[in-house]
Amino acid sequence: MKKLVTITVNGVTHELAVEPRRTLLEVVREDLGLTGSKKGCGIGDCGACTMLVDGVATFSCLMLAIQADGCVVETVESLAENGKLNKLQRSFVDVGAIQCGYCTPGMLMMATELLRRNPHPSEKEIRRSLSGNLCRCTGYQKIVEAIKAVAGE
Amino acid sequence: MSKNNSYRILNTRLPRVDAIDKVTGKAIYTDDMTFSGMLHGAILHSPLAHAKILNIDTSRAERLPGVKAVVTYKDAGTRPYGVSPARYDETIFCHDKVRYVGDEIAAVAAVDKDTALEAVSLIKVDFEELPILLDGRHAMAEGQPQLHEMYKNNICAKVNWNFGDIEQGRKESHIIRTDHITSKMQDAAFMEPQSVVAEVDSHGNLTMWSSTQAPHYIQRTLAMALNLPLHKVRVIKPAVGGGFGPKASCSTVELATCLLAIKTGKPVKTTLDREQVFLHSRARHQFFHTMTTGVKKDGTLSFLEHHCILDGGAYASFGIATVYYAGSLLGGPYRLKNMKYDGYRVVTNKPACGAQRGHGAVIARALFEVQLDRIAEELGMDPIEIRLKNVMEAGETTCNELFVSSFGMKEALEAVRDSAAWKKKRSLAGKTRGTGKGIGGACGFFVSGAGYPIYRSKTYHATVVTKVDELGGGVTVSSGAADIGQGSDTVLGMITAEELGLDLDDVKVVSGDSSLSVDLGAYSSRTTLMAGHACKDAAGDVKRQILEVIGGKLNIPPERLDLKDGKVVGIDKDIDFSALREEYLQEHKGFTELPDGPDLTFREASRIAFLEIGSIVGTGSYRPPKLGGSFKGATVGTSPAFGCSAQVAEVSVDLETGEVTVDNITGAHDCGFAINRTQVEGQMQGSMMMGMGEALMEQIIYNDKGRIMNANLAEYKIPTSLDVPNLDAIIVESNEPHGPYGAKEVGEGAIMPVIPSILNAIYDATGVRIDELPVTPERIVEALKKKKENK
Repeated sequence: MKKLVTITVNGVTHELAVEPRRTLLEVVREDLGLTGSKKGCGIGDCGACTMLVDGVATFSCLMLAIQADGCVVETVESLAENGKLNKLQRSFVDVGAIQCGYCTPGMLMMATELLRRNPHPSEKEIRRSLSGNLCRCTGYQKIVEAIKAVAGE
Repeated sequence: MSKNNSYRILNTRLPRVDAIDKVTGKAIYTDDMTFSGMLHGAILHSPLAHAKILNIDTSRAERLPGVKAVVTYKDAGTRPYGVSPARYDETIFCHDKVRYVGDEIAAVAAVDKDTALEAVSLIKVDFEELPILLDGRHAMAEGQPQLHEMYKNNICAKVNWNFGDIEQGRKESHIIRTDHITSKMQDAAFMEPQSVVAEVDSHGNLTMWSSTQAPHYIQRTLAMALNLPLHKVRVIKPAVGGGFGPKASCSTVELATCLLAIKTGKPVKTTLDREQVFLHSRARHQFFHTMTTGVKKDGTLSFLEHHCILDGGAYASFGIATVYYAGSLLGGPYRLKNMKYDGYRVVTNKPACGAQRGHGAVIARALFEVQLDRIAEELGMDPIEIRLKNVMEAGETTCNELFVSSFGMKEALEAVRDSAAWKKKRSLAGKTRGTGKGIGGACGFFVSGAGYPIYRSKTYHATVVTKVDELGGGVTVSSGAADIGQGSDTVLGMITAEELGLDLDDVKVVSGDSSLSVDLGAYSSRTTLMAGHACKDAAGDVKRQILEVIGGKLNIPPERLDLKDGKVVGIDKDIDFSALREEYLQEHKGFTELPDGPDLTFREASRIAFLEIGSIVGTGSYRPPKLGGSFKGATVGTSPAFGCSAQVAEVSVDLETGEVTVDNITGAHDCGFAINRTQVEGQMQGSMMMGMGEALMEQIIYNDKGRIMNANLAEYKIPTSLDVPNLDAIIVESNEPHGPYGAKEVGEGAIMPVIPSILNAIYDATGVRIDELPVTPERIVEALKKKKENK
């Protein structure tokens, strides 16, 4: 039985009829067509699906869409404004924090939450914040550097 | 080190061409694609490691509402395919028996994923269980059950090499020692699970979008295994979330999805879940190495006798190349006149292994570099000194006939030695050994592109077609090269921009499509050198055509003209371009943003050249010259160029718990010439992290039924941001004569020294040697306990 939910994603409020077993990740990707958030594992191990739900970094593969009823959700698609990259995105681009890019959306959302909470985190705090987001390409070095560059401003 | 040359674009740190799409969520990976009327595929895997298939009943699955097709070997046929033509041992689906937990038996296409998965669960297979083989060393003994008829004693490939004179080497040796190492099967753990979309058009053309590393090989395999004409098959690689080797071979998910698309006439998408990624594997083999190495009194290497068994799982995949690489790449980076190698690649009832970063050579390198340290200790030599004593130089040829045309090995070693303050830290070794702090170093050696394709052919390895926009201004580079995250699109774009004097933004790179050009794919660290050559030639061809027209119109020899900073310039004098400017302006009435100033812009020049001669297309094709010796298997290990690297690792070991913390890794890699400095560092840092995971945490664990017990990213541990230390990447540039602008590989070579430098550092920290990877806390505690008891 589908259930009606109201979810605000990137500033747009959607009324959706969803199967209760479907995850927030599936609904955002498949029903709303926002495919920036990635599924790397489906069981909360990799962090590629990280979204902000009411401002809290959340593995959207572990959250049912019906649990997000009434919530405000932010995905990687919300970061650029009027086609202009925000500081964090710009830093990822300039520092070279991206290789395959599959972890990038989750990394950006996790770092967004961190920087809102703590605008000047130490390297240790950055590394701790990202520790649930796996990356297999970069060795994390340039990702940490990119966040540090924004945090140091 | 920073840029120090006259290039405008090359050797800089320009952002990747796909970076903005990747930080905005716009980059499209295969699983992001949706087609109208698209069906969803699912695959039935074997629950048993070894069994005869008695019957497959798909009737209940077929009756489930929403199911559009169920396919088994009855639809797919039993035509064998694989990676190496001499070892085609796979069929699309199992027909007579299953050989590992995960072997593919059937596939379903249905209106949605849930229906497809439910249908898979309704397929009934009757099995007769067979004895299983889970240890490669036992599988090759006489009298064991045989997995494949074609592999006697389950040996699917063996290599027996003997270079130089081992007995003479033995006689010359002052110290001879024998050591072993055992590793475990590992997973590449790329972040994007394999995903495939296939569609057949109304003319019978099959198009497959796939998270592949090698569109060209996959195109060939699809055509062969599905019995289709090659020109009717097109493989497109969207953005790919990492590969590291396993995505280079054609997979059942690709073949089955195509089959389902052919059968239903609809687009079909199949995406693996993470457990299926582990089951499919095609990742790192398990290696059992034994090496006997001799050195003279002064530390000069005199011989290496090397024996290796590779447990490769149920099918050959890339494993034939793997067993050769495991031996051949010990030919460098040290002068070694006498080398014997006996390698055996064995099949067992586990997921098939294939290529993974540092193909075949990583564990062999680990043991050899550990041996060098142990020998240095016996001789009372510094570990870096013994390496410096033996390193090859440019212009030398290894005993197995690999010619090294550029070689910054010495520079790399000296760079890490100095940067990591080795002398100061290591001088304490005698006093600090076993106190929990350690430092260790090692070197590595790797191909810069395989010298020969995986199928026997004279094919060009890379072709590139560069077309000038007919309206003027930009160019489009078309290539089959596969950017899987390593950044090859950016490399091709930068090369083209440099050659044509353009900004990177004026070069559009379209790639990863088998219909665009031939490119063998992203494996063996080949793309920068091979596609780079083709790309440079294609751009040069475009430049020549444009300058010929402009020169002709102005009565100036084209060689007196150049393309620079977006303009045509005279090499030795200023040129009056006003007549050409007038021609351009004439056709742009009403436009406001028009060129002015004394120089003729590329925009004008390219348009005027088109008006004169029509479409301007430049082409470039590259294949290596004939390489290597004439002995059996001499082709594997050959390359137009060789990369080399050195690293120093510093570790802290908790002597109570055995926990290892890597405090720092300093690496130097000779990439010949860095096309993009940021990307070179990125490859090095990624290699360091992957090697660190392999050294300390990564292992596939099987139960006694051959089932993987940790097929997920929580229990198969890879390094997190908290595990990985500062990774210091030093670029060494030796100017490779066979590479474009002097460039050669970095993608895989940089992983070579990681494991041994960590192993050597752990020894320095603990005073114990661990000969089984990964070096878990348990193994360290066990070894420390044993040492204490033996005292």
